[in-house]
Amino acid sequence: MPKPLERVNDFVIKFANVNGSGSASANTLFGKIILRMGIPAAPRNIFPSNIQGLPTWYEIRVSEAGWLGSRGGGVDLMVPMNPQTWDQDMASVEPGGYVVYDSTKPLPPSKFRDDVTALGVPLTQMCNEAYTDPRQRQLFKNVMYVGALAALLDMEVEVVEKLIAEQFWGKDKLIKPNIAAMHMGRDWALKNLPCPIGLRLKRADKVGDRIMMEGNSAAALGAVYGGATVCAWYPITPSSSLAEAFTSHCKRFRVDQTTSRRKYAIVQAEDELSSIGMVIGASWNGARAFTSTSGPGVSLMQEFIGLAYFAEIPAVIFDVQRAGPSTGMPTRTQQCDLLSAAYASHGDTKHVLLFPEDPKECFDFGALAFDLADRLQTPIFVMLDLDIGMNERLCAPLKWDDTRRMDRGKIMTAADLDSGKPFGRYLDVDGDGIPFRTYPGTHPNKGAFFTRGTSKDQYARYTEEGPAYVENMTRLLRKFDTAKTLVPQPIRKDSAQPTRIGAIYFGSTSPAMDEAMHKLAGQGVHLNTLRLRAFPFHQDVSAFCAAHDRVFVVEQNRDGQMRTLLMSECGIDPAKLVSVLHYDGTPITAKFISETIAKEANVVPFRKAVS
Amino acid sequence: MSYLPKPKFRHPGLPKNKLGYTRRDYEGTVSTLCAGCGHDSISAAIIQACYELDLEPHRLAKLSGIGCSSKTPTYFLGQSHGFNSVHGRMPSVLTGANLANRDLIYLGVSGDGDSASIGLGQFAHAIRRGVDMVYVVENNGVYGLTKGQFSATADAGSKSKWGADNNDSPIDMVALALQLGATYVARSFSGDKQQLVPLIKGALGHRGAAFIDCISPCVAFNNHPGSTKSFDYVREHNEAVNALDYMPVRSEITADYPEGAHEQVTQHDGSVLNLYKLAADYDVHDRIAAMTYLQKKNAEGEIATGLLYLDPSPKDLHAHLQTVEAPLNHLTDADLIPGAAALEKFNAARR
Repeated sequence: MPKPLERVNDFVIKFANVNGSGSASANTLFGKIILRMGIPAAPRNIFPSNIQGLPTWYEIRVSEAGWLGSRGGGVDLMVPMNPQTWDQDMASVEPGGYVVYDSTKPLPPSKFRDDVTALGVPLTQMCNEAYTDPRQRQLFKNVMYVGALAALLDMEVEVVEKLIAEQFWGKDKLIKPNIAAMHMGRDWALKNLPCPIGLRLKRADKVGDRIMMEGNSAAALGAVYGGATVCAWYPITPSSSLAEAFTSHCKRFRVDQTTSRRKYAIVQAEDELSSIGMVIGASWNGARAFTSTSGPGVSLMQEFIGLAYFAEIPAVIFDVQRAGPSTGMPTRTQQCDLLSAAYASHGDTKHVLLFPEDPKECFDFGALAFDLADRLQTPIFVMLDLDIGMNERLCAPLKWDDTRRMDRGKIMTAADLDSGKPFGRYLDVDGDGIPFRTYPGTHPNKGAFFTRGTSKDQYARYTEEGPAYVENMTRLLRKFDTAKTLVPQPIRKDSAQPTRIGAIYFGSTSPAMDEAMHKLAGQGVHLNTLRLRAFPFHQDVSAFCAAHDRVFVVEQNRDGQMRTLLMSECGIDPAKLVSVLHYDGTPITAKFISETIAKEANVVPFRKAVS
Repeated sequence: MSYLPKPKFRHPGLPKNKLGYTRRDYEGTVSTLCAGCGHDSISAAIIQACYELDLEPHRLAKLSGIGCSSKTPTYFLGQSHGFNSVHGRMPSVLTGANLANRDLIYLGVSGDGDSASIGLGQFAHAIRRGVDMVYVVENNGVYGLTKGQFSATADAGSKSKWGADNNDSPIDMVALALQLGATYVARSFSGDKQQLVPLIKGALGHRGAAFIDCISPCVAFNNHPGSTKSFDYVREHNEAVNALDYMPVRSEITADYPEGAHEQVTQHDGSVLNLYKLAADYDVHDRIAAMTYLQKKNAEGEIATGLLYLDPSPKDLHAHLQTVEAPLNHLTDADLIPGAAALEKFNAARR
């Protein structure tokens, strides 16, 4: 039998629960306790497409070093609260790991492993003795195992108590019984089990001023700060919580104090065609509008997105990606809508995509998307994924500059029109490909124009003349070039040693990538990295590829969609771009990235001859 | 082919409305529809209604989908913003536009292909949300632009230009609108301007979902014997339930009408509809009775026209959403952005 694991502030703990059993709040509580002890932690929900009854897991990676990506491999401490998945859960424990389980009903020895320390707590029995109400028995069991873990992992009990009080703030009569249940579990463990075990939590000071939040909620708050007033959406996992978060942020920030009337309009549409149609109508009419959706929704919106591109109407689309194609794996993460978003719709179209790496950037890009949409008069996609969108993630605190103002782009006002400024809706007066527009209702007899999906001349008049069509399509390319200068620029990180190997990545891959680079450097493999934050690509992207002999493109899809974009938009030699692809629906891990790259990179130290 | 501007020449003696506009100021470019198309008569009725209402053209936005009917917004109200959107999707674009600015008047123009087939869902949902709009379906029972295929409003048993039978049951847009909660429902005929113009005026003054099903014969593909949407057929089978006069404000009625045959209805905007009953037992305020009456007439092969249902003080989508009085597109940074201090509090709760 291997020696039981001995680790402080560096391990993975996983809870196996039944969907709908009320475990989520206990698990969230557990995660928060770790953070309050100053230790970085990254929780992840692993859940099925189901409301009640199916297995669900909650995994927390504790990492004083600050690695927030999924670690990969097995877990160090398992809390299997779901008999249905016991065998699978038991098998997932690392040799030397621990299992904390409900020992009320005795289990045969065959259910255990020699190399895993089993710690039984009679949770059901204790609950049945303490409570009569069946619902209470279930709910308090969750808090009780948090209490047992507090003893086993040597957690600060004051912090636990304080957080329970915070969690039930406003429902004060629930505080005392929950604290009591926690102590019941803790006291039993202290008395009956060898507390603490080899895995321990020790107060650190590594969290700083960081906050913990979900990307969907952060993106929705970005929409509030971006001045969005119209949200039209259709429910779809994993994006529904974005529209729901927008609703709750608006209730908090956007209700007129004196009249109780709302400075926003949220419509749950009949389908995604309708939701993007409403967004386009509202944006055409001068409001800031958005929709949130996922891959299947983007598929349904294609025709409208082409209209918005061609008629030059702003729109913001939050695409919280999930594994496709078709219904795919609706509750699993991927970065698989890059091509369908970048070239959405028939005919020649190209769209602006933003790739936030964490909730902080979901907020920043969420707000920025509305400025870009107005400035560029075109749809802007904010490409989240389930991993960032639906998991709480530790990130830098959200910041806002009070001197910032909405950039409404090139708008012609009634005063402009009266002053005799010439107005042609599709006239490129500044040479940047971006024309002026007027809002409906601006002026009694100047500035009206007809918006259409058919071809038109510079004055928005219907035409099927080839030269006018070509001129318009060429101008749209010019506008796309302008976009390159306005979108967030890529971020380059150079390795400690000079290298001719590079790696490109984006979005939720970020934390796993940072850790992978650290691991690889430890093995003597050095790479410069470039984190893409937007499409179209800034010229730095071509320059980065030119400056390296081989460039790994790390992404979470099967077909190397970002690699395709790099090849087709920057003309980069495909032989130079090596795909690192992770697409099983789980978040990409540092282990996967570092192992794949180490194998592929062939570990040739810089400027040393291969013997 | 490209657009055809109308010559700027104006007769100096053209009458002007209260705003100083002539009827010509409410026109658009030259229609490219077939000579004699019912849709052009509807455009003319819209022009007349807006001219007579002294409506400022820029206070109205006109939206449409795709098809012959959806082309018409280019041919009227050239000083209004227009939006020729996607096939069957005008209702969602109009809904979004309405959410952005509740102060404008929204005129949605669609056809039977656009609204009864590809866009049936969007039609239904815009009506049931109570979007403040005038929704006109220029209904000819046929796909004109693609040359004569049956549409979903073609009556079962009617014949195509080439003699093919339509066996599918028709979709009755008026029946749907009534069932889905439209608060102003009318049916008219492009060949009856006297009836159509006041119906459009009443709808423009209505502060809720106003729907007008306007039968508009297609001279190219659906004006033959055997069609139930031809000029001749509609003239023969048209049974108006009432006649309508529109008045901008309430005024004394001087004409003499028998007891119960006349009613004045004041709408939310203060305008008054004078209704003269033609069908003695028809109650314009009884949704369920109206539905039954229309089904009966339909079974008899008659086309009931006129103002079929009216709720003079409806609640619209903005009322349901409890939005502020000011149009959302007028709100400023100060109205919308909570600021750095609020964000600090937000951060603090997440540590």
